[in-house]
Amino acid sequence: MADLSVDFAGIKAPNPFWLASAPPTNSGYQIMKAFDAGWGGAVWKTMGMPTINVSSRYGSTNYGDTRMAGFSNIELITDRPLEDNLREIREVTERFPDHAVIASLMVDTREEWIDIIKQVEDAGATGIELNFGCPHGMCERGMGSAVGQDPVVLKTIVEWVMDAAKIPVITKLSPNISHITDPGLAAVEGKTDAISLINTIKSIVGIDLDTYAPYPVVDGKGTNGGYCGPAVKPIALHMLKELAQHQQIKRTPLSGIGGIENWRDVVEFILLGATSVQVCTAVMHYGFGIVREMEAGLRQFMDDKGYQTIYDFAGKALPNVTEWKHLNLKHDVKAKINADKCIGCNLCYISCDDGAHQAIGLPTDGSRVPNIIEENCVGCNLCSLVCPVEDCITMVQKDDGTQHETWDDLTKTNRIPDTFNDVRAGGKGHYVPEPSDAFKTKRKDKSGW
Amino acid sequence: MSEYKKPSSPAEFAKNFKQKKPLMNQTEAHFESARCLFCYDAPCMDACPTGIDIPLFIKQIHTGNVDGAAKTIYDSNWMGNACGTVCPTGVLCEGACVYNHQDVLPVQIGRLQNYATDKVISAGKKLFSEGADTGFKVAIIGAGPGGVSCAAELRTLGVAVEVFEAKDNQSGLLINGVAPYKITNEEVQAEMDYLQNQLNYKIHYNSPIETKAQIAELEANFDAVFIGVGLGATAFRNIPGEDLSGVVGAVEFIEKLRLNHEKTPLGNKVVVLGGGNTAMDAASESARMGASEVTLAYRGTKEKMGAYKFEYDLALSAGVKGIFEANPIEILGNGSVSGVKFASASGEEFVVDCDQVIKATGQAKSGGLFELIADLDLDENQRVKVNSDSNQSSNPKYFAGGDAINGGAEVVNAAYDGKLAANGILAYLTNKK
Repeated sequence: MADLSVDFAGIKAPNPFWLASAPPTNSGYQIMKAFDAGWGGAVWKTMGMPTINVSSRYGSTNYGDTRMAGFSNIELITDRPLEDNLREIREVTERFPDHAVIASLMVDTREEWIDIIKQVEDAGATGIELNFGCPHGMCERGMGSAVGQDPVVLKTIVEWVMDAAKIPVITKLSPNISHITDPGLAAVEGKTDAISLINTIKSIVGIDLDTYAPYPVVDGKGTNGGYCGPAVKPIALHMLKELAQHQQIKRTPLSGIGGIENWRDVVEFILLGATSVQVCTAVMHYGFGIVREMEAGLRQFMDDKGYQTIYDFAGKALPNVTEWKHLNLKHDVKAKINADKCIGCNLCYISCDDGAHQAIGLPTDGSRVPNIIEENCVGCNLCSLVCPVEDCITMVQKDDGTQHETWDDLTKTNRIPDTFNDVRAGGKGHYVPEPSDAFKTKRKDKSGW
Repeated sequence: MSEYKKPSSPAEFAKNFKQKKPLMNQTEAHFESARCLFCYDAPCMDACPTGIDIPLFIKQIHTGNVDGAAKTIYDSNWMGNACGTVCPTGVLCEGACVYNHQDVLPVQIGRLQNYATDKVISAGKKLFSEGADTGFKVAIIGAGPGGVSCAAELRTLGVAVEVFEAKDNQSGLLINGVAPYKITNEEVQAEMDYLQNQLNYKIHYNSPIETKAQIAELEANFDAVFIGVGLGATAFRNIPGEDLSGVVGAVEFIEKLRLNHEKTPLGNKVVVLGGGNTAMDAASESARMGASEVTLAYRGTKEKMGAYKFEYDLALSAGVKGIFEANPIEILGNGSVSGVKFASASGEEFVVDCDQVIKATGQAKSGGLFELIADLDLDENQRVKVNSDSNQSSNPKYFAGGDAINGGAEVVNAAYDGKLAANGILAYLTNKK
């Protein structure tokens, strides 16, 4: 059976499933409940200076029948007295000595940092996380993402912390920056023990169409929130990969955060180099019990693949994430429709005709199964993505796999094209309808009264 | 054996005649509307006789534009709410839903339709207004689904309308002939009021058109006439004993049931003769009225029945027993009915005891009116022949729709006919001018 335990930059935990610093880690009650449910670690809700929170704090992006596909908050760091948090940290670490109990911190001056680090260490925290990410409220006071967006300041604070701390330190990065490697490198240069990412993304999740105020609405006004939840996972994966592939950063342990909700997400983050993951929104949506699904799925995956520990496959996808210029231009796939599975919704037809390359024809045999016009199919995948039936449209490899040529090859051999000669291009490799043909394919309209 | 206790109060009647397609709440509508794939050239739309843009209205429900959804529905079908519940959606829009091809339950289009239309009806939301006056005047005979649809459409086109209705209520079969578990009288009336309040057509009740003099008067006062009459009473089949007490026509029985609910008299052992949808309704209704035995007897085989399979299944689920290849040769009884004698396919005779016979053996043609109108061509089944582009008859001043041209079909067909004819009438009158 797989061993899920981790040693993350010296922070030990029975598994890599940790709660991110957020409302679910606001109290010892919640964290004990989470550990009891199966979570291996928790990053305490950020402690720092006294704050005042507003009423109405969260907004969400719903999609179709799915609630909270994206989630936004304007809540600040903890508003509970520091001594209460410290007392509860002590109680939790005594009760769960093998779990990761990480104190997330956000203060301003060097003295404040030194002072609070001492206090959480004395309370028994097994690690520290530096909150350089909050993109609302605290940043207006020069903290949170204000630090995360300024690599020089970030590095300085990390240095202060590393001077003072006796327990491992994780620097949490803000994604609200053009190149995540800039603050990542600054953290490494400041000698951080580990990095976690991503914090939330600056966002406006929606506008109330009656009051014209952004969600969440606070007495007729709103402010940008921090966006998280399943919708941000692709952004988090990308930023994680950026750090995991960076020569100076890649040896630093990375804790993945951003839209993680199930075992697949966990495996994906590990494959891109994370060796612990942090979860918030999924717990805020479904409660601590979701860790059962994550753990069962991760174990199943590891058993199926024959992995003993997560380190056996951590970063295994990284060699396959490359630059566009290294992709094989000779690779050729085309869509194939399984007529037995097709239900005739014709979404593939209309998505291709309106949104891609006019490579799907409507049936003329009285059925509703469209046909792929191979000549025009550039292998873009769109039809297979819109098809509502599992495995109905598949992408079939058409090249024999023997040829390999990349843009990089062309560049190096001085063969960059100076004419439009892409064999897959419209007008060259396949036909493009005349503009006026647009009216010939007009949808028949029975109710044209 | 029937599964229903005889209803003795309105509450018990409502329980026995529980709505087959109850109104969705907002949550259910949200989740159900999310299931629609927004198919291109959607088959549901094609399967709808009125061509409602179903993917559009479902999308509108999902995005919270429920008024817009109702507008989309009414743009194609003036009986939008009624059709949502009384249409045989399982063989029309929902039967065509692509989900069926993967054995996934189809989107509940009918109930979503009702969700949208009920919202605007309940709120009295005005979605339509009368068109600029064209000066034309049209008479409509019959305030059923076809006539009302024609009236509503004509008003939006700026044509003045007067409707002549034989009964003291409008909506035709919707109130008088549809099974009570499909739609309530209140619901039907609410939609009728909703349309009439917006579009202001005049309906003359208790005003049957029965004489040549009335026809002449209509022709003198109106530029065109729409014939939207239904079928007649249940036809006689010349079976001995048809005149016994306890023998009723299905149409007459259902009409009484719709108006009198639990107070409708019904025997304890009921035999329903027929194999069409009306027979299924009558049998289901008898069972729900608490009859201890309901036998549905059809002359042909089960496969040959005209009724939709789901209607037969519904009757079975209500406790009805079906017997097939049972040809009724005599209704037995002395003054009042005591049984029906049948001959089986092999000629063997047998008797089913009963104290009530409901004949669902077809309705008489509504030919009386047609004979009063000059140059009105009828087909061999006494139906008005019309041009399918405009529903204009051989007498250019007359247009027709619904039962009068199809011999008895769905409400949705009449709704389509009424709307089509209205547009045909305007085109005809405009061209003539």
